[in-house]
Amino acid sequence: MSARTTTAVARRVLTQVRRDHRTLAMLLVLPTLLMTLLWWMYADAGPAFDRLGPALLAIFPFIVMFLVTSVTTLRERSSGTLERLLAMPMGRLDFLLGYAVAFGAVAAAQSAIAVGVSVGLLGLELAGPVWLLAVVAVVDAVLGTALGLFVSAFAQTEFQAVQFMPALVVPQILLCGLLVPRDDMPDVLGAVSDVLPLSYAVDAMAHLTSLSSTGEVWGDLAVVAGFVVAGLALGAATLRRRTS
Amino acid sequence: MMNSTIEVEGLTVVRGGRPVLTDLDLRVGAGVTGLLGPSGCGKSTLLRALVGVQRVAGGSVTVLGEPAGSAGLRHRVGYVTQAASVYDDLTVAENLRFFARVLGVDAGAVERAVEAVDLAGHRDAVAGRLSGGQRSRVSLAVALLGEPDLLVLDEPTVGLDPVLRRDLWELFHGIAERGATVLVSSHVMDEAERCDRLLLMREGRILADDTPAAIKQRAGATDVETAFLTLVEAAA
Ligand SMILES: Nc1ncnc2c1ncn2[C@@H]1O[C@H](COP(=O)(O)OP(=O)(O)OP(=O)(O)O)[C@@H](O)[C@H]1O
Ligand SMILES: [Mg+2]
Repeated sequence: MSARTTTAVARRVLTQVRRDHRTLAMLLVLPTLLMTLLWWMYADAGPAFDRLGPALLAIFPFIVMFLVTSVTTLRERSSGTLERLLAMPMGRLDFLLGYAVAFGAVAAAQSAIAVGVSVGLLGLELAGPVWLLAVVAVVDAVLGTALGLFVSAFAQTEFQAVQFMPALVVPQILLCGLLVPRDDMPDVLGAVSDVLPLSYAVDAMAHLTSLSSTGEVWGDLAVVAGFVVAGLALGAATLRRRTS
Repeated sequence: MMNSTIEVEGLTVVRGGRPVLTDLDLRVGAGVTGLLGPSGCGKSTLLRALVGVQRVAGGSVTVLGEPAGSAGLRHRVGYVTQAASVYDDLTVAENLRFFARVLGVDAGAVERAVEAVDLAGHRDAVAGRLSGGQRSRVSLAVALLGEPDLLVLDEPTVGLDPVLRRDLWELFHGIAERGATVLVSSHVMDEAERCDRLLLMREGRILADDTPAAIKQRAGATDVETAFLTLVEAAA
């Protein structure tokens, strides 16, 4: 592994994001706008915002980063720049880590805004510390990045990459406990939900709102982090220097 | 040629279920060597095998004494793909600075590369808004950054005007004078005269491997294009 090439990739990706003003604006404010919409929906309907809000704070950065990452890395594969980079002194893992660092930084900014507005202006009630909510949101975003990097290897076109969203992301949203508590699902679905990373991401958020001790949260975070590492390792394995 | 930069033995490559290169042998030494042949004959495939990004079905490819694609070669081989591979949303300078960081070379190399491809006036232009020829020169500049011992260029002069083409060929010879090996593919036969040596390729096989003068003489032709056609007919 090389810090030089990892930082080179991360800086370059951030420059590209900065150059694309529209994408940057959407990355930064979209989750906050959606949280505000949710708050408004439940304005006259009791405490549901406190129950759903944290889950959505976990889900938004995950979805956004999944999409952005799978499309950008696919573009890198199809434009020939990936082939060129892999013919240079560029480690496969360095390449992926560069992306993870860059999008992790974007996710940190995105989550800081969404969490700040939700807690500060929309009155989201938390039992645990606010900073930990932001940490969870960033790890969730990096999870989206890792999964996006991985699936981009299986897509030939940007259309296919976008189709991985309903295929891989929507089932996780359905099964993560947002709609039906995970314990109340049929056993088989409960078991499936137990092996999906987003379930733990949402659990971490839920624990933050209900428990003042943070032990459970760190446990969930550790599981999500494990999925991130596995996603990056699988992603590195799918990056081939030699192609047919 | 004792000290060949490139040694290929029995190279076989299958793409899309069809053999593209079959049992190909080749040696290339220092200087500027042109790889010429009609569209689809396998030039890009051969160059990809030399830089180690092509999956091969058999044979061996040795570059600078190491198997093609070895980690130790990645600093020493510059490669320009046929389609310009640069980031369209970054400026010329940003593209070059990024690749310079990856290669671990200093900012001075960026300036030299920009000058070498005559893009100093477009340093801060976004690559996606350059003309086709300008974009491919950015791509070429990337390969010049690391001062490679082997420069593999896949049709670098397509779409360029005669003045620029002449300048680039002078640049290639300048690089070769430093002791480097420059391998340039083209399907424009009139570029052949500018090469020290020529490889004429057809349907995945090397028809001729010699100096332009010797190839013309052997075919009894006054230009390389006629010589190529004579060789094709003789081989048929
Ligand atoms: N990605 C690919 N998958 C399958 N077959 C391919 C692929 N790329 C090229 N081929 C086939 O390999 C053969 C050689 O292609 P190659 O690109 O090496 O030709 P070339 O000599 O570089 O042509 P040109 O001058 O047009 O660039 C062609 O018959 C082509 O159809
Ligand atoms: Mg070609």
